[in-house]
Amino acid sequence: MILRGKVWKFGDNISTDHIAPGRYFHLRTNLPELAKHVLEDANPDFASQMQPGDFIVAGRNFGLGSSREHAPRIISLAGAGAVLAPSFARIFFRNSINVGLPVLELDTSGINQGDQLEVDFEAGSVKNITTGETLSFRPLPPVMVKILGDGGIVAHFKKYRDFNLET
Amino acid sequence: MASTLAEKIIAEHVGRGVRPGEIVITGIDVAALQDGTGPLALMQLEELDLVRAHNPAGTVLFIDHAAPSPRKELSNAHNSLRAFASRTGAVLSDINEGVCHQRLVEGFASPGDILIGADSHSCTAGALAAFATGMGSTDVAIGIATGRTWLKVPETVRVIMNGTFKPGVFAKDLILKLIGDIGADGATYMALEFSGPLAAALTMAERFTLANMAVEAGAKTGLLAADEITRKFLAAQGREKDFRPLAADGGAAYARTIEIDAKALEPLVAAPHTVDNTKTVAAAAGRKVDQVFIGTCTNGRIEDLRIAAQVLEGRRRHQQTRLIVTPASRSVYIQAAREGLLETFAEAGASVTGPGCGACVGVHGGVLGDGEVCVSTQNRNFQGRMGNAEAFIYLASPATAAASAIVGEITDPREFIK
Ligand code: SF4
Repeated sequence: MILRGKVWKFGDNISTDHIAPGRYFHLRTNLPELAKHVLEDANPDFASQMQPGDFIVAGRNFGLGSSREHAPRIISLAGAGAVLAPSFARIFFRNSINVGLPVLELDTSGINQGDQLEVDFEAGSVKNITTGETLSFRPLPPVMVKILGDGGIVAHFKKYRDFNLET
Repeated sequence: MASTLAEKIIAEHVGRGVRPGEIVITGIDVAALQDGTGPLALMQLEELDLVRAHNPAGTVLFIDHAAPSPRKELSNAHNSLRAFASRTGAVLSDINEGVCHQRLVEGFASPGDILIGADSHSCTAGALAAFATGMGSTDVAIGIATGRTWLKVPETVRVIMNGTFKPGVFAKDLILKLIGDIGADGATYMALEFSGPLAAALTMAERFTLANMAVEAGAKTGLLAADEITRKFLAAQGREKDFRPLAADGGAAYARTIEIDAKALEPLVAAPHTVDNTKTVAAAAGRKVDQVFIGTCTNGRIEDLRIAAQVLEGRRRHQQTRLIVTPASRSVYIQAAREGLLETFAEAGASVTGPGCGACVGVHGGVLGDGEVCVSTQNRNFQGRMGNAEAFIYLASPATAAASAIVGEITDPREFIK
């Protein structure tokens, strides 16, 4: 799969409170509504101006904080193609794979707001069309490749009626 | 093979030795949901056609984050949890009971357990030598339905704690120091294991504060050995039978060892907007404070309230500083009432609330205004955490929080503690 899209750049330590703010706690059972506020506290323009397939490109430790699975879900629901960051917080990373949101680990320091990227998931590469640079992202652990390949943990479970994590 | 605590607990569950990095599918003993993450978990169970609890007695649904409910959407979410509990026999911890992590250690988690909770601070129960970790709604939903989960066996970082605290310095200062030193991602994917002479001397309340904040360094869990102090704590909860001693083996392999000398610690704060942005209280002193919040799964225990009351006894909050005190659980609330602490707080000008998460997560009960500064005993100070991205949160010990409420500025508690 190859995805093309524009970069929305964020800094280090973007927390789940940035992604799915606590003041919208009452929208947690209404994900499409909650998605309208995704990342609002980090960039108020993001939710209204991003196009489906755009990429979130951030600094280290993306997704730190709470276990709220709503965070990767509303990123997905808003239409982001993937999140690219040098590192992710553990629970967010696992939740992302579970809900089928690609999370790619690579050095993002040379990628800028507005750049056009082409992500080749099979090749494990990110081509920055704007700068001409090509980067590669770290392969996912095999168990996560399997879950993501099945379309997330719910689809995995529907397929096998159990965990089937042999790789 | 010598094992760390995390390796030992996982090995017991899978019936063979395990090594860090290995993926295992394991049985779980306790699974927990709360009112923010629970409704989504229940939707996933419907989606999977698995609306059941494999082990109802070990499945606990907490209504604590928005308790009592401030709005109808949340009231309806609460009712979905109540309905699931009555349908499956799972345990319901309703609005009067308190914060999930305090309730889990009082009533559910035991040494050697594997506990998964759809709340990041589920690591708190690691202080009872349980492998306790936070996961998303869907992972916990599957755990509830099947009694199992998958885990990567984590590497362990050993934190050896020496010395004793000087007056005015507490476990909260120690964990803030550790997170400040190693960073908010300093232990990502790893277990923290707290040990050393100081660990053996700490009260359970202090141990819970350390384990609670393990996730703020990115850790999967924060563990302490189960010892005589653990036994006494469980006995006081009427659960002595749940005790067994459990410790890491000598000679276990650690990814890293960090030593902390408690004698060298000063009262600290974590300044906005990250937990690793630590400063001494002395360096932050003088910052005007609009609200002080004492409570939460980090520092809302009876021991914390006693310290805060000791500072506030016979004094009043600063006229321009609101003070909110929220006991972590019903039993903490009752004990605080018996000891006259709630009266001390009310006399000092505090709003004393029922048990629960209260103001911590920005849903209700103390949402901050634009530009306001809060000193809180909670565990995270991210932008927007207390319901307003234009506000500023400093994390501190109950003593520092209480002292700051009196002066109306960030204040060293040693001015009030002899
Ligand atoms: S007290 Fe705060 S940190 Fe603890 S469970 Fe409640 S909202 Fe989360």
